[in-house]
Amino acid sequence: MKAMVYRGPYKIRVEEKPMPRIEHPNDAIIKVTTAAICGSDLHLYHGLMPDTRIGHTFGHEFIGVVEEVGPSVQNLKRGDRVMVPFNVYCGSCYYCARGLYSNCHNVNPNATAVGGIYGYSHTTGGYDGGQAEFVRVPFADVGPTIIPDWMDSEDAVLLTDALATGYFGAQLGSIVEGDTVVVFGAGPVGLYAAKSSWLMGAGRVIVIDHLEYRLEKARTFAQAETFNFAEYDDIVVEMKRTTDFLGADVVIDAVGAEADGNFIQQVTGTKLKLQGGSPIALNWAIDSVRKGGTVSVVGAYGPIFSAIKFGDALNKGLTLRMNQTPVKRQWPRLFEHIQNGYLKPNDIVTHRIPLADIAEGYHMFSAKLDNCIKPLIIANPS
Amino acid sequence: MPESGPSTPYVANKPKDIPTAEALRARIPGWGVDLDRKDRPSYPREVYDPGSTGAHWDYPEEQPHREGRERSIEHGQLTPVFGTSAPLHGVSGSIRRYAYRYGEGRAAHWLLLLLGDRVDAWGAHAASFVSLRPDNPITETGVLAEGRRHGIASRFGRKRVDVNHQWIDPIVVAGPWVAGAAGAFLGVRAIVRRGRR
Ligand SMILES: NC(=O)c1ccc[n+]([C@@H]2O[C@H](COP(=O)([O-])OP(=O)(O)OC[C@H]3O[C@@H](n4cnc5c(N)ncnc54)[C@H](O)[C@@H]3O)[C@@H](O)[C@H]2O)c1
Ligand SMILES: [Zn+2]
Ligand SMILES: [Zn+2]
Repeated sequence: MKAMVYRGPYKIRVEEKPMPRIEHPNDAIIKVTTAAICGSDLHLYHGLMPDTRIGHTFGHEFIGVVEEVGPSVQNLKRGDRVMVPFNVYCGSCYYCARGLYSNCHNVNPNATAVGGIYGYSHTTGGYDGGQAEFVRVPFADVGPTIIPDWMDSEDAVLLTDALATGYFGAQLGSIVEGDTVVVFGAGPVGLYAAKSSWLMGAGRVIVIDHLEYRLEKARTFAQAETFNFAEYDDIVVEMKRTTDFLGADVVIDAVGAEADGNFIQQVTGTKLKLQGGSPIALNWAIDSVRKGGTVSVVGAYGPIFSAIKFGDALNKGLTLRMNQTPVKRQWPRLFEHIQNGYLKPNDIVTHRIPLADIAEGYHMFSAKLDNCIKPLIIANPS
Repeated sequence: MPESGPSTPYVANKPKDIPTAEALRARIPGWGVDLDRKDRPSYPREVYDPGSTGAHWDYPEEQPHREGRERSIEHGQLTPVFGTSAPLHGVSGSIRRYAYRYGEGRAAHWLLLLLGDRVDAWGAHAASFVSLRPDNPITETGVLAEGRRHGIASRFGRKRVDVNHQWIDPIVVAGPWVAGAAGAFLGVRAIVRRGRR
């Protein structure tokens, strides 16, 4: 089968690989129809995530058709069309039993500080991902769900991570009616977080980025006010100004470890890898929120230390909330919102790329060319 | 001080320019449908409900071929299920195996893993040149997208702040190649010289 493989920082190619096998009785093999590239994949692609091995296949956002099931699988059969949450999780450990699916303890021997994720290095368990024609899906009775007939297949693939994560990010903000919510990052996650903030009753939603075409999307797709941080000497001061010098009630970091805006942080964090990325957006979030406010972090950070302004967080009495998204927990309510027309996930898809061209797809998404917001990968045209 | 006198947060009221719920509901389809926290799927954060996940086991059956699988020393045991994407091998494998002697709280653990990643990449590049499919920096970096996807128009005249460091990427990417080519050249030269002697 054909699969994207990692060849070193900024280098990937499509290779012929052996078909994935059933390695555990509750495994399924899924024939991938559509996958996506996520902002998280860029951290791997740039070589920032420790234990990213040559030959590893990325891709944690995918949907497909069941090709084969292991002997203990009860809920799926060959031919079912399924959407697969990006979390690999067992459904029965201490954490899964409490709904913390992204923190499963039974699937990632390589680290206890992070759960299992498809195609996301050995630090999240060493599972090959779905940017391939076929993929092994462990715990087939737990994660995958049959795609409802009414659902658009592109919406289904967006539900496997980006939409669920944006929605989860807004929840972590504990928004109450009338709150001013600031979202750093107008990528897929930030756009969905902004849109979701309204559902939870925000009174103002402000999105910040430096890519004008994405801010335009934030205005049209998420009905948000926007600020281009490149136009301000100090975006934190600007956030104070626009909130009567109070600060925002809730700030969501939808940027993560490769934030722009400070050359030194970028070079030390993401180029020289002297810290676990560049936490500029998170520091802006801590400084822009009001005292007693909440910072929700869904932007991803790696395991290596980064220079966070913790003193400000302490002195301001902030609540910091964060996690990898427990995706499937979000689904029933998100399905309703999509059916009611409150959310139209695939409005943000800009590119549909055949698997064979994935190297150029990564370069485009990484360098933010051609007004790219969300690229999908067509693995097996259906 | 503004004419109207001191305002929030110097006095107790909330900022004044927040639209009313009616106005928001009229403007934004679905505004407030999740206003009640109990309607939000991850509230509260932990809900003990082991029967709800689809798992029909208390502890999953253990995946076979467990011997030799590296694991964090912060784990009490090897997890029942694990990925088999790229088993440890060669020099990078030894470095990584060594890294797993340190706990996750230690910088040594992660820095050794990053070193293992670089050694793995260099080794794979070198090996590719004696394989049927040598690494191709043009196709593997996807740099041809610069032409096909408007590399120049996408970057300049748009106030993008990442342009100030993107020039470093080709150096990060090409550096090891240049070093590798130089190493290969020196190696071949040494062999040729030895052969002549
Ligand atoms: N917690 C989770 O479960 C989870 C899931 C998916 C993605 N993520 C993370 O969310 C983040 C966003 O993902 P995405 O797919 O939207 O990625 P993306 O790369 O498309 O978007 C990031 C955006 O942030 C902008 N940005 C950079 N620096 C900024 C700054 N200082 N201030 C404001 N904006 C800035 C970029 O221009 C870009 O538009 C990533 O870190 C990703 O790893 C987390
Ligand atoms: Zn993702
Ligand atoms: Zn679990």
